[in-house]
Amino acid sequence: MNVHEYQAKEILRNYGVPVPDGHVCYNSASARDWARRLGEGPWVVKAQIHAGGRGKAGGIKLASSRDEVRNHARSLLGTTLVTPQTGPEGKAVKRVLVEKGIHIARELYVSLLVDRSTGQVTLMASTEGGVNIEEVAATQPEKILHESIAPLTGMTPFQCRKIAFKLGFVGKEVAKAQNFFTRLYEAFVSSDCSLLEVNPLVLTEEGELLALDAKLNFDDNALYRHPRIRDMRDYDEEDPNEIEASQYDLSYIALDGNIGCLVNGAGLAMATMDIIKHCGGEPANFLDVGGGASIERVTEAFKIILSDPKIEGILVNIFGGIMKCDVIATGVITAARQVGITVPLVVRLEGTNVALGKQLLAESGLDIVAADGMADAAEKIVGAVRTRVAGKARG
Amino acid sequence: MSILVDKSTRVMTQGITGATGLFHAHGARDYGTCMVGGVTPGKGGDEVDGFPIFDTVEEAVAATDANASVIYVPPPFAADAIMEAVDAGVELICCITEGIPVLDMVRVKAYMQGSGSRLIGPNCPGIITPDQCKIGIMPGYIHTPGPVGVISRSGTLTYEAVWQLTSLGVGQSTCVGIGGYPVHGTDFIDCLALFEEDPQTEAVILIGEIGGSAEEEAARFVKDQMSKPVAAFIAGRTAPPGKRMGHAGAIISGGRGTAAEKVACLEECGIKVAASPAEMASTLLSIYRP
Repeated sequence: MNVHEYQAKEILRNYGVPVPDGHVCYNSASARDWARRLGEGPWVVKAQIHAGGRGKAGGIKLASSRDEVRNHARSLLGTTLVTPQTGPEGKAVKRVLVEKGIHIARELYVSLLVDRSTGQVTLMASTEGGVNIEEVAATQPEKILHESIAPLTGMTPFQCRKIAFKLGFVGKEVAKAQNFFTRLYEAFVSSDCSLLEVNPLVLTEEGELLALDAKLNFDDNALYRHPRIRDMRDYDEEDPNEIEASQYDLSYIALDGNIGCLVNGAGLAMATMDIIKHCGGEPANFLDVGGGASIERVTEAFKIILSDPKIEGILVNIFGGIMKCDVIATGVITAARQVGITVPLVVRLEGTNVALGKQLLAESGLDIVAADGMADAAEKIVGAVRTRVAGKARG
Repeated sequence: MSILVDKSTRVMTQGITGATGLFHAHGARDYGTCMVGGVTPGKGGDEVDGFPIFDTVEEAVAATDANASVIYVPPPFAADAIMEAVDAGVELICCITEGIPVLDMVRVKAYMQGSGSRLIGPNCPGIITPDQCKIGIMPGYIHTPGPVGVISRSGTLTYEAVWQLTSLGVGQSTCVGIGGYPVHGTDFIDCLALFEEDPQTEAVILIGEIGGSAEEEAARFVKDQMSKPVAAFIAGRTAPPGKRMGHAGAIISGGRGTAAEKVACLEECGIKVAASPAEMASTLLSIYRP
């Protein structure tokens, strides 16, 4: 799960990580009012969307008067911001963050993430802050510092000092950096983050360290123990079908193609997308119904797939282990009747009770193409969709 | 021969009184696995369908000589269950549970260092040596004993590979689902090393997916240390970058861990990679005749 910048900063502030004074606003009058409450200017007005690259897209504006804060908020709220991370359709700005301006002396980079190769949390830092860090990693990997953190000790003072000195901090800054990194790690672990990125971490002209921007991703599997973070979820920032799917415990991701996929198991679901592409088709989605799919879940999965207007055909690929094929077949038939499927439907069943499952489908009277094996299934659906699309083109 | 589990493996179930745990304990026993009982705290001394129940793993091990444990405990409690099994000295711990917080697994991994226990999973189908020992949720009947080892990060895709082999008349030595989790126990290399040493295993199918660098590390191991033929498949060629595909591990970030990169690395290391998931077994059989 992702949160907005202002929410990320609120969480960091709770763990004692220094962040600029600021407040989220939903309208321009409130933005002006908060500028007054934050004290002397200048101020910064930042569009709140779940995507980076806002600065270059005009989503971050500097204001030297309260009226200017109001005007910036007015111009940002309600607009659609297109950044390299939003896709061409962009994202609507519904909230802005008004912050006190900072006198920046240095811009640095720091992040924490779980490194799967070590199985530990790693802190990464760089003197090259405020820029595209992926580019730094690719072109100047020596400028990225890594520190692996043992879970049983946590981030130790010596590790903080090592990083602080390598980043070029001197005098009192070192102790401030140590405090910053320690609290950052505390925030990461205590709130079950999967990624915590501060870019830039700034040293102000007054000698203070501040998280000028903050990006937090959370481990979905741990949200059960963080109800306050879970409540920060902004449904406006997510694909409506993905939200719908998550409510039924279905794992769904929309893609650009026209062949809908309904599969059990994440690996098999990815492989099904791959084989469709291999046969010259384009998958419209990733959809894993999971191991214990009921008739209701299968029906819901069909509804979600069919709500995508691009769909020209559906491939069901089930390898029933514990999941019995006759149960899946009943689910498919029920769903097909309820939802009314008008596009070609190819079903490949394998595993427990496969004969019974196939028999149910054959006797259903529905227009279902049965397939033997993944290759046969993919060829059949790609062929059927090609015929259908060609037929439509001929009108 | 086989790897890790065989007829002599004595398996206990943690979370045996839950619907899932009990269902699969039956399935394993019906398959012929030596299922010695289980643990549910607070229900020690009872019995369920012929399985004796204990309060703690320590007690269960003392009473039954269990040397393997399979875990069906819900995600919030699963990490603790793994550590309890480690503490009790269980040699092989197989955690089926999906959805364990990643930082819980980070702690488990640190806790296990220096212990004599091996963890398979979490979020995996389990491990099976056909006709001898089935630990986990895979359908038993698709397997047949034979010379091919199978290792995979995905559950149903493992079944797919196994079924392709069985349909072509080729059996399996042992099939291990290592799970699709970013922080997990046994990895590809551990299994490859065991397969290399196992006299029954003549060839291996390795099934990977996008994300991380485990497949690349495995490929280098195959090149440097293995004499037996290895074929592979990488799921997720069509996955868009930055999207999580069901498995917490299967995410491509920052342009790393893509299927194309993995396939190129595997091929450079002499591993034959199946172009399609329908060709996993046939790809192996193009470089190896049983």
